Amino acid sequence: MAVEITVKGEVVTAYLAGEIDHHSAAGMREKIDSAVDSNMPSLLVLDFGGVSFMDSSGIGLVMGRYRNLQKTGASLHITGASPQIAKIMQLAGMNRLAKIN
Amino acid sequence: MQTINKFSMNFLARSSNEGFARACIAAFAAGLDPTLEELNDIKTAVSEAVTNCIVHAYAEKIGKVYIMAEILEGGIIKIKIRDNGCGIENVDMAMQPLFTTVGGERAGLGFAVMQSFMDGIRVTSKVGRGTTVTMLKKISPRITVNG
Ligand SMILES: Nc1ncnc2c1ncn2[C@@H]1O[C@H](COP(=O)(O)OP(=O)(O)O)[C@@H](O)[C@H]1O
Ligand SMILES: [Mg+2]
Repeated sequence: MAVEITVKGEVVTAYLAGEIDHHSAAGMREKIDSAVDSNMPSLLVLDFGGVSFMDSSGIGLVMGRYRNLQKTGASLHITGASPQIAKIMQLAGMNRLAKIN
Repeated sequence: MQTINKFSMNFLARSSNEGFARACIAAFAAGLDPTLEELNDIKTAVSEAVTNCIVHAYAEKIGKVYIMAEILEGGIIKIKIRDNGCGIENVDMAMQPLFTTVGGERAGLGFAVMQSFMDGIRVTSKVGRGTTVTMLKKISPRITVNG
């Protein structure tokens, strides 16, 4: 499975795995959104530790989740990004939307 | 510039082929002994161009995507990705970062990624006829230590 979700208090963590492209992003989006909708977290953590490849579809995935979280004032953290993913996140200016480590 | 190696392929514009196209190009480019970063740059740029054919060029049908890749003298890889889809009315505008004609979750960064991860890009397009994206990347020669 490409997304594993854990819930701890007000924190929802989504562990993403595999390759994120236009083909896979829609399924990941659905899983993350349903976890966010049913748990209403104050913090969403997107963990890219298991992701071996990402293109700008992954940026769309992050930006879309960020926009949704803004409606409830929740924040977004990004962790586990490989150098390849960090490079594209930086190009997209993702550090302005989310804390990245 | 002399061609050292060359391959071409075409496939149906199905989203499941995005990963297939990246893997093919990566295997072909491996002949140049790129660094992991260079290889990832190429895979990402190809993923963007192929996705654009699938999402934009053939929005209403499943057409064909054509890829031609060449290894040129001097450690250069040249990749051409072509579709016979709807074409782009204003290429300069389409290439602006964040520009997208599709709402939802497209970031509008595909061309920005291709531009920044490759060493050269040329886009030619005709409305109703299709689009060709040609990209170049120079692979730096590895310095071998201790033979
Ligand atoms: N092969 C193509 N055929 C038709 N239109 C294209 C093609 N490639 C790109 N475009 C147009 O250029 C725009 C920008 O592309 P891009 O930078 O990849 O962003 P995105 O794919 O996120 O929209 C697209 O929204 C689309 O209108
Ligand atoms: Mg695109």
